[in-house]
Amino acid sequence: MSGLLEGKRLLITGIITDQSIAFSVAKLAQEQGATVVLTGFGRLSLVERIAKRLPKEAPVIELDVTNPEHLAGLEGKVREHVDGLDGVLHSIGFAPASCLGGGFLEAPWEDVATAIHVSTFSFKSLAVACLPLMGTGGSVVGLDFDATKAWPVYDWMGVAKAGLESTSRYLARDLGPRGIRVNLVAAGPLRTMAAKSIPGFAVFEESWAKTAPLGWDLNDQVAAAKACCALLSDWFPATTGEIVHVDGGYHAVGSS
Amino acid sequence: MSTREEIAGGLAEILEEVAGVNPDDVAEEKSFTDDLDVDSLSMVEVVVAAEEKFGVKIPDDEVPNLKTVGDAVSYIVKSQA
Repeated sequence: MSGLLEGKRLLITGIITDQSIAFSVAKLAQEQGATVVLTGFGRLSLVERIAKRLPKEAPVIELDVTNPEHLAGLEGKVREHVDGLDGVLHSIGFAPASCLGGGFLEAPWEDVATAIHVSTFSFKSLAVACLPLMGTGGSVVGLDFDATKAWPVYDWMGVAKAGLESTSRYLARDLGPRGIRVNLVAAGPLRTMAAKSIPGFAVFEESWAKTAPLGWDLNDQVAAAKACCALLSDWFPATTGEIVHVDGGYHAVGSS
Repeated sequence: MSTREEIAGGLAEILEEVAGVNPDDVAEEKSFTDDLDVDSLSMVEVVVAAEEKFGVKIPDDEVPNLKTVGDAVSYIVKSQA
């Protein structure tokens, strides 16, 4: 049997270490036959080192999703490596320190605006920047953290994720007529660089593993990555505007 | 297998490349964050580069314990043994 993503050309954002969810998606996608192009932000030299750890080294394009020039130039840079895209993974989020870890009532608007620009609006920006590269059958997937509840310490990042969930539905509405699907994967807490930078992240760790019906492994990025790859594949042809929970079932039950 | 001196020298090269640290400032008793001004993301890259250079695996959970250059050298020596 050929791979789930045989012949697919994917743009994958959000790799910073080999713990990144996006790294697991890229690895799995390559193993399933996809050609992968990466984007990196900030510490590009680190992203390039990590790119060498993939089964097949992937090119890295610099992309700051809040930079209009980067977004405008993305199509051309992607075309240096592939002649179009079948899928895009958005695995991007950032909030200034004031927005996380308590202090929800004090965080200034400027910081909240940054969080929403990078973590929410960028889903639209990235999708639109990639539109000229995508045709019918295309798939856009983003990484979410269940935003239907107020969590400890997650604060304005939670608000940004609520916006991401809504953005995803509106993108699904507007890109559906072009045959492009837009979906999110709401993963449980994973010990990534992003998570470790949230003060008090540990409060999620115990309760999640205890409450999730299937249990939860904080160090297993592969489960979320498999869902991303499935949504990027042809196996969800009539699914858009959806949020797939990869959380051990935590969202479905009351606390134990 | 490398000697402590070789590993310390290799780390100094990595620190210069990744974080712009002057190799003359690198010594075993120096703290990455307090003495050499290596920020957390730079430290991640130092670890990744060290793993490649010395053929070892440094788990994430171990990184907070590597406060000084000497801590890192000891860990790499132990891992190569």
